[in-house]
Amino acid sequence: MALTPILTANWDKPKSWTFDTYTATGGYQGLKKALKMAPDEVINIVKDSGLRGRGGAGFPTGLKWSFVPQNDGKPHYLVVNADESEPGACKDIPLMLANPHALVEGVIIASYAIRAKEAFIYIRGEVPHVIRRVSDAVEQAKANGLIGKNILGTDFSINIVVHAGAGAYICGEETALLDSLEGRRGQPRLKPPFPAVAGLYASPTVINNAETIAAVPVIVLNGADWHKSMGTEKSPGFKLFALSGHVERPGIYEAALGTPFSELLEYAGGVRKGHKLKFWIPGGSSVPMLTPEHVDIPMTYEDLQAAGTMLGTGTPMIFDETVSVVRAVSRWIEFYKHESCGKCTPCREGTGWMVGLLEKFEHGEGKHADLDLLHDISAQIAGRSFCALGDAAATPFPAAMKYFKDEFEQAETIAPHTVFPFEKSHKFETASVS
Amino acid sequence: MTQVVENKETAAQDLITCTIDDIEIQVPKDTLIIRAAEKLGTYIPRFCDHPALAPVAACRMCLVEIEGMPKPQPSCAVTLSEGMKVRTQLTSEIAKGAQEGVMEFLLINHPLDCPVCDKGGECPLQNQAMSDGRPDSRFEIEKRTFDKPVELSTEILLDRERCVECARCTRFSEEIAGDKFIEFLERGTKQQIGIAEDEPFNSYFSGNTVQICPVGALTSSAYRFRSRPFDLVSAQTTCEHCAAGCNLRTDYRRETVMRRLAWEDKNVNEDWNCDKGRFAFAYLKDKRVTRARVMGQAALLPDAVEYAAQELTKHKGKVGVLTGGRLTLEDAWSYSKFTRVALKTNNVDFRNRPHSQEEAEFLAHSVAGGIITATYKEIESAPSVLLVNFEPEEESPIVFLRLRKAVANKKTKVFAITHLETKGLTKLGSKNILVRPGDETKLVRDALAQWSNNTNNLIEKLHSQISKPGSIIFVGERAAVIPGLLSALVELSTATGAKLSWIPRRAGERGAVEVGLLPNLLPGGRVTTDEESVAEIAAIWGVDVKDLPHTRGLCAEEIIDAAISGEIKALVLAGLEIKDYPQPAKLLAALEKVEFILSLSINESDLTQKADVVLPVAAVTEKAGTFVNWEGRPRPFGKAMTQNKSLSDSRIISMLADAMGHDFGPLTTSDIRQDLSALGVTARNQGKAPKYQAGLIPSLGDNQMLLSTFNQLIDDGALQAGEPHLAGTRRETVAKINAAAAEKLQIKNGETLTVTTSTGSITLPVEICQVADSVIWLPTNSAPSSVRQILNAHDGSVVMVSKGLNA
Repeated sequence: MALTPILTANWDKPKSWTFDTYTATGGYQGLKKALKMAPDEVINIVKDSGLRGRGGAGFPTGLKWSFVPQNDGKPHYLVVNADESEPGACKDIPLMLANPHALVEGVIIASYAIRAKEAFIYIRGEVPHVIRRVSDAVEQAKANGLIGKNILGTDFSINIVVHAGAGAYICGEETALLDSLEGRRGQPRLKPPFPAVAGLYASPTVINNAETIAAVPVIVLNGADWHKSMGTEKSPGFKLFALSGHVERPGIYEAALGTPFSELLEYAGGVRKGHKLKFWIPGGSSVPMLTPEHVDIPMTYEDLQAAGTMLGTGTPMIFDETVSVVRAVSRWIEFYKHESCGKCTPCREGTGWMVGLLEKFEHGEGKHADLDLLHDISAQIAGRSFCALGDAAATPFPAAMKYFKDEFEQAETIAPHTVFPFEKSHKFETASVS
Repeated sequence: MTQVVENKETAAQDLITCTIDDIEIQVPKDTLIIRAAEKLGTYIPRFCDHPALAPVAACRMCLVEIEGMPKPQPSCAVTLSEGMKVRTQLTSEIAKGAQEGVMEFLLINHPLDCPVCDKGGECPLQNQAMSDGRPDSRFEIEKRTFDKPVELSTEILLDRERCVECARCTRFSEEIAGDKFIEFLERGTKQQIGIAEDEPFNSYFSGNTVQICPVGALTSSAYRFRSRPFDLVSAQTTCEHCAAGCNLRTDYRRETVMRRLAWEDKNVNEDWNCDKGRFAFAYLKDKRVTRARVMGQAALLPDAVEYAAQELTKHKGKVGVLTGGRLTLEDAWSYSKFTRVALKTNNVDFRNRPHSQEEAEFLAHSVAGGIITATYKEIESAPSVLLVNFEPEEESPIVFLRLRKAVANKKTKVFAITHLETKGLTKLGSKNILVRPGDETKLVRDALAQWSNNTNNLIEKLHSQISKPGSIIFVGERAAVIPGLLSALVELSTATGAKLSWIPRRAGERGAVEVGLLPNLLPGGRVTTDEESVAEIAAIWGVDVKDLPHTRGLCAEEIIDAAISGEIKALVLAGLEIKDYPQPAKLLAALEKVEFILSLSINESDLTQKADVVLPVAAVTEKAGTFVNWEGRPRPFGKAMTQNKSLSDSRIISMLADAMGHDFGPLTTSDIRQDLSALGVTARNQGKAPKYQAGLIPSLGDNQMLLSTFNQLIDDGALQAGEPHLAGTRRETVAKINAAAAEKLQIKNGETLTVTTSTGSITLPVEICQVADSVIWLPTNSAPSSVRQILNAHDGSVVMVSKGLNA
């Protein structure tokens, strides 16, 4: 397999983010084509292409669009989830920085397909430079008559609002995002009703990840078959794989789904020199970790599921032998504790308790019985919390214990940082960063 | 008395068949699992679930296993569907394990301070920790701590450590009361209930959150650390504070009421009550009249009764009886009988507030005789409700809650003919027609005369709505002083078919109307001038018809005037306050003039100080009785504090009558109830519809405005005495005028203005809001705004208004 630069094709061009650069390489042609079709035809193309959600769950995008009831007399909304906050995930933010018009074009096409006149791009608040860039792209598109009333001489009108979040991971959960967008406290909503029926302002709403929407214009332009020519049957198409951690060249590699992890690792120059792979996570801290024995696994929804993990956001984190698993798990759980919204008991109380116990292991003062307790707590959160945040928080510990139980047992008496000194994990020589 | 017959829910609902713990049941579709399980007798543990609140599924305590679903599901939020197989903790290890896990989580950071917690002994967390928790704790790290208690208002205190964050309180405040004063702050393990800075939880319904809190996180200042539930004796009572007729639970210990709770009654108050009903009971203990008194000297009760009887006999036929609006139906009956039989007069009036002859006729025609026009339940199905000179949140808060529920269900539209927009009306989404006091009659009559070509869109809309079957017109006590308004409303009701319901402010008013504590009315809606009716009543009372008066008596104002002029020589007063009267100064003058005053009173007051004979009577918790609520629904209650030896008004009246040579029997509650049931409804609706014309609004000079005023729910009312925590949650005492008036006065929001009449002046900060032109609103009885005492004024009175302090 090989790299498939599609969304990333322009990234090395000067000012890749501008309207001119984008249009010079076929930008907004997908929109022109889409507007000549009936909205349902656009939905069908996306359905036929097999495009699946890139936010983590992998739900078929065209199917999601088709759930929106038509001729119901209510306004419809498209909401783009660009609240990328998952530890290890860094793909939507670079995409919006380098190629914001792909997203804007995708928003217009998707809105047309689902008959929305109002679309929202919800970007995490900690990245003002990205918010500015997407806002500029929206303004440029507006200035060029692609957003507004009766665009391109059709009777389709669209307005796009770029909305800044306020720094809460939970707002990446789609219903919490809707509450946040409505000006409420960002906490997940009870489902049903599902957003497709009663979402934003109790109206039918489609919520898609930014990368998903950005992929729509090329799919419409080149057709479903073109999209399906890449990837596997169940995971067709291309994907931004963002590799981070102990690799020589961390970054974003756009490749067909199904590319083996080992091949992605090669693109990134392999594990940093002089070190070897200890464990890796396919797509954000919310999915279970894998080990070197899994490196040849094809990066697809189905293969990773079969291996007991998930593709997630498709952003592998790579850890070499200098990293303490105990410390890594502890950091992740601490993140979930910090980001738990507090609505439901298992997530709110369970994450806090786990952090308290893991702290003891980090000091080499864990009790053996606490390993069972941590297992129990994870089990008492998983599947019982209100939303997927709790499930995510319950993931890292059992997965780590599966492969590295001995390290946790060691931490009952020896503090991990004495065995795995932090400075050895530093990506760069200390001198070069100081 | 007529019983309210509720409409049976006959709607044919589709039943579905499913199983819970292998037991097959049939339930209407859309039934929540937790509710269906309750019907089977299976209690699924829960915290956030409350039948009156929308589900949130936040606490996760009620997880159950559903066949075919990979994860346990919250039974409080999932509805049953055909063929669903549910397993609760009784038959499912998954459900049991999930519940135990959640219980463990809930307890890890809980302070476990049950031995000192108000809730200990009646705490769902404590109970369910026993039934579903682990015997010991696995939590060995430090607990989360917070400062406590946090004062959400002077009345409500928050203990954040005990909170399980079920959101019942926040949901109640938002969904039911519409007072979004409390909300979650922070997130995750730091999540907590809080208020905005400088905006305390001053909701009229805040006490309900203490009651529905499933732990001891919310407590009331008044009750905190005062008692343990297992030391309390509980009795079912009816609230004495307003005409809502709330079902209450009164908890007392050693003959002292410790607290009061709302007791569910789906037909009336549902699960709720207001803070006044919940917290205002210190008067039961404070400043009680404990001994009989004659001329300021303590006396034995029989001696005092004997003396009073002699004096009243001396003045027979020249006695006025003022009873106020707080008597039970049974006591009111005794006063009615005593006045007619022993005192030989119809000079009796319960209305210790601005009133009119027109109102008396209206009450005889449209209210007396057990007439039931609308009910709480009918509010929910009414297409529209018109409020006339009636502010539901301030004057009948449970009616407000029911209206709010009806509006939230999107079935009911609310219109108001009002002098100003209020918070309560805003929360009801009411379409308000602003009028000056005095213009209401013309508005209603004009509207009636020319619905179709009326240029006012709102009136057009009101017409199309109010004509829909099931619509209701609510009119309050203040309509009495607007000439022609009650007459016009009767016409409006007749023309549109809308039900016309009178909602008085006090608990005893409807009962007083029913037993004829009015100069024109005898019990059961019979008028005093109708021979046949008088004969019927004479038969029930066991007296000769010739011994009863046959003319209309004097109303309260006339009694006072007659006392001043010397025609009335003696007064019998039942638990009144001087400041309630439309013209307190005149009542004072009357008290000075008359030769004899008998006061039957629970508490000492400025009035008992002036009485020649004071007789102590039982408060509501010390006797059995009945309040008839605004619906006309009798709300009987038993004697709460069974050991108490106080005598009811009726028992005292029986002694008085006896001393005057009339054998009324002992006038026990059961005796009276027997007499009441003999009343029947044969003579109902004897009165003729009032036909009065609108009055003239005086032309206003410079700096003159028309007064609008009503009592705020929490104010200086006598029954709220001695409860500073409740008083701290009262609404700001401000004068309200509109922007045009403010401009004319050159006054800004928050600056002070002074309202003056010939008798005095009141200085208050001003709030500029939506008020009718040239109208100024003042709270009636919220110091320093004691409108009747200081200004001697009521709705429609002309007052002088000036900026600043100078009058």
